[in-house]
Amino acid sequence: MPNIEVNGKSYETDEEGYLINLADWNMDVAQYIAQTENLNMTDNHWEVINFLREYYDEYQIAPAVRVLTKAIGKKFGPEKGSSQYLYELFPYGPGKQACKIAGLPKPTGCI
Amino acid sequence: MSDVKKFMFVNRKAPHGTIYALESLEVVLITAAFDQDVSLAFVDDGVFQLKKGQQTKGIETKNFSTTYRALEGYDIEKLYVEKESMEARGLTEDDLLVDVTVLSSKEMGALMDEQDVVLSF
Amino acid sequence: MLHIINKSPLSNSSFNDCLRVMDKGEILLIEDAVIAATKGCALEAKTREALGRFKIHVLMPDLEARGMADRVIDGVSTVDYGGFVDLVAANKNCQSWL
Repeated sequence: MPNIEVNGKSYETDEEGYLINLADWNMDVAQYIAQTENLNMTDNHWEVINFLREYYDEYQIAPAVRVLTKAIGKKFGPEKGSSQYLYELFPYGPGKQACKIAGLPKPTGCI
Repeated sequence: MSDVKKFMFVNRKAPHGTIYALESLEVVLITAAFDQDVSLAFVDDGVFQLKKGQQTKGIETKNFSTTYRALEGYDIEKLYVEKESMEARGLTEDDLLVDVTVLSSKEMGALMDEQDVVLSF
Repeated sequence: MLHIINKSPLSNSSFNDCLRVMDKGEILLIEDAVIAATKGCALEAKTREALGRFKIHVLMPDLEARGMADRVIDGVSTVDYGGFVDLVAANKNCQSWL
């Protein structure tokens, strides 16, 4: 099992870099994963990451992109509820990439 | 649209004892991406899948019962529970964690009959 | 609609559940469910009654495997694997009562 090293602490991940234990997540780990993805985390990024974590906490799944887009628009305003906005933040996919940074499993049905 | 088919997922197993309930739920979530006419039926012990207050810490498994609440966000809003099964288990609509339509056995049977595809779990 | 049942009606409720929920259609009994199609089984009366509402079929290879091919209830039709496929093809939809 591959590991990542953050602040001298080791965290287990799968082959694709997703955290194995949800409870391992913290902002430093998120920042580290974002760096490996060449992402510069802004407030807008954190807004989505925190939303994903809250969604997972409530429903025990990572939402499909379509569902995430709709929910983000509802919560943060229609200008943010578009897949264009989310893909600009997370070029490799708001599902795949954002979930990785949020320390969540890949969304069900995500390919 | 003529290519929209009526899919029904029939859930007849209690959760946690076997993998059926969780597998069904995952397939339902994936199916939601295809814009079909999806309905979920809860019959026999399948009614237990929707019971409020499930706590799985003690058996160290995922508590996927809260995921049924996410279905609405996936535009899956046709959830049917068979009245006879619910009552035989001492349950009422108030015991269920989502809004459902309660049908008699015969109504449920008729609804199954009119589906294009029925998937059983 | 075709209903496929594969569990013994004496230890699993699928056969009864199907009869409760559905009021018409075709039933195919396979694997351990084939005993529901046999004379002398505790379910015989129930199966005979169901014949008024359903066409009932039973899979011959499964009956033979259990040594029960000589006691099929009158009115229940026996099918081979080809007949199984024909039934699935002839019905608009089908459900396996797991």
